[in-house]
Amino acid sequence: MSPSMSDLTAIAPLLLVAGTALVVVLVDALAKRNRILGPVLTLAGLAAAMTFALPALGDAPASAAFGGMIRTGGFTSFFTLVFCVSGLLSVLLSMSYIETMVPGKGEYYALILLAVSGMILMAAAGDLVVFFLGLELMSLSFYILAGFARGRMTSNEAALKYFLLGAFATGFLLYGIALVYGATGSTALAGFPSRTGGLQQPLLLLAGLALLMIGLMFKVGAVPFHMWVPDVYEGAPTTVSAFMSTGGKAAAFSGFLIIFTPALLITQPALRDVVAAVAAISMVAGNVIAVTQTSVKRMLAYSSIAHAGYILAGVVAANPAGSNGVLFYLMSYTLMNAGAFGVVSLLENPDGSMLTFDECAGLSRRSPLVAALTAVFMFSLAGVPPFAGFFGKYYVFAGTVEAGFTWLAIVGVLMSVVSAYYYLRLVVLMYFNDQPGGQAVAVRPFGLAAVIVAAIALIGFGIFPSILLGLTARCF
Amino acid sequence: MDIPLPYYLCLSAALFVVGVAGVLTRRNAIVVFMCIELMLNSVNLALIAFSSFLGSITGQALVFFAMAVAAAEAAVGLAIVIAIYRNKQTVDIDAMNILKW
Repeated sequence: MSPSMSDLTAIAPLLLVAGTALVVVLVDALAKRNRILGPVLTLAGLAAAMTFALPALGDAPASAAFGGMIRTGGFTSFFTLVFCVSGLLSVLLSMSYIETMVPGKGEYYALILLAVSGMILMAAAGDLVVFFLGLELMSLSFYILAGFARGRMTSNEAALKYFLLGAFATGFLLYGIALVYGATGSTALAGFPSRTGGLQQPLLLLAGLALLMIGLMFKVGAVPFHMWVPDVYEGAPTTVSAFMSTGGKAAAFSGFLIIFTPALLITQPALRDVVAAVAAISMVAGNVIAVTQTSVKRMLAYSSIAHAGYILAGVVAANPAGSNGVLFYLMSYTLMNAGAFGVVSLLENPDGSMLTFDECAGLSRRSPLVAALTAVFMFSLAGVPPFAGFFGKYYVFAGTVEAGFTWLAIVGVLMSVVSAYYYLRLVVLMYFNDQPGGQAVAVRPFGLAAVIVAAIALIGFGIFPSILLGLTARCF
Repeated sequence: MDIPLPYYLCLSAALFVVGVAGVLTRRNAIVVFMCIELMLNSVNLALIAFSSFLGSITGQALVFFAMAVAAAEAAVGLAIVIAIYRNKQTVDIDAMNILKW
């Protein structure tokens, strides 16, 4: 079973991203003075990976490569697209932002590329070993990126908290893999977990799955494993938060979908109820605490916990409607959250102090364009109809109701109403409050371009959701 | 007579719990990190025991991956701790309290 050329073409996007990462490191070492080559190469690598992922988008059933270690097909391609979009937006936002914060550090872009290759590996995993490797490649890159502003105490603290809690969660995840391996006799995900072989101890399998779930819930930032989320998203450089909260979350949810498949959740009703409870607690806790925040970045961090809850509701549904909803939600969430953090990076003080709600007062007078873009992202995050965020929530909750978890959908809708309070508070402050002063909006053409593209895509997918839904329906 | 599998699994679980308890109670970042390493190594023990009893090579292969990942994690983790020590002259995690609410 030696690897063939078709195996290599199956992982072409992954090879491109990882290869570009190595080139970017070399370019940074050899051409120290050139500050533009690194990000441009990164953008080119991510765009090339996207074009290689596009042809497989319509392929429904996953086919295997490397003897079943890697799965190819629509699901992998769709997630590759989400990760590349997240990477592209973050790189565009970072150009000149990260340079003013930490001058002369070209490895930043290589780390983003390595994190994207880890994410692609996670979504493409056909085996728990490959999934674990992808997860660690992504997490290790994130730990470094979170602490990238080395001189800044907040960034240091974010990196340490993320690292210690992340490595702690890795321990649980690995123990889960070991127990599942013992119970089923293999780490392959195909035929999992109903295959024979191994010790065939139901309790061992259940314990393994529970530990795996703890590890994954930590990575998606669901309550009660969410303690790191606000601190890390607030302390890390804003463009890194944009990347971690979108690509990182999508990658962890791809793990949920390939390990805790609908078939598995239906045979393990206890686990399904646990996921439902965690989803509900995440929605309530994330939204209620977000209401009390004064820092915009921290508000976005708590809101991302709430969004993890909404997406988990789609996992609980364990039916095609819910799974499609999860994919749709992840794509629209990537666009709106990267956009929201992107706007924060444009408005932030260069000295690193946190952007508060009050500083946004009267923004529509100072910069009508940025204010309008912020409004688009806030409405979409709140789930107001013309934007893609609404359809993400709609499909997820439709799947949840169809599966008989009506109470979960009711909690979700009620909590969306709570979330409208803090999202719209920002919009009201921007448009209906004329306090003088406040920070001047930074002029960063690339960052502004990224935010505009994200906003246009959100409106596009909101008006024509069938474009995206046609793709997600063929992923399973 | 061979040592039965549950003995290995109990030892592994005990080591894992010691590691978890250490992470939750210790306040020095380096010690916390050592406890995490203990957790990862207890997993390696369980994997090798399963691998041997199932007569399958996958578990032992995974141990090598786990060791490589733990080494990479050690490099990154210690670098982060050094960065903190340079700024703050302490590695006590109770002193990491700028970010809250």
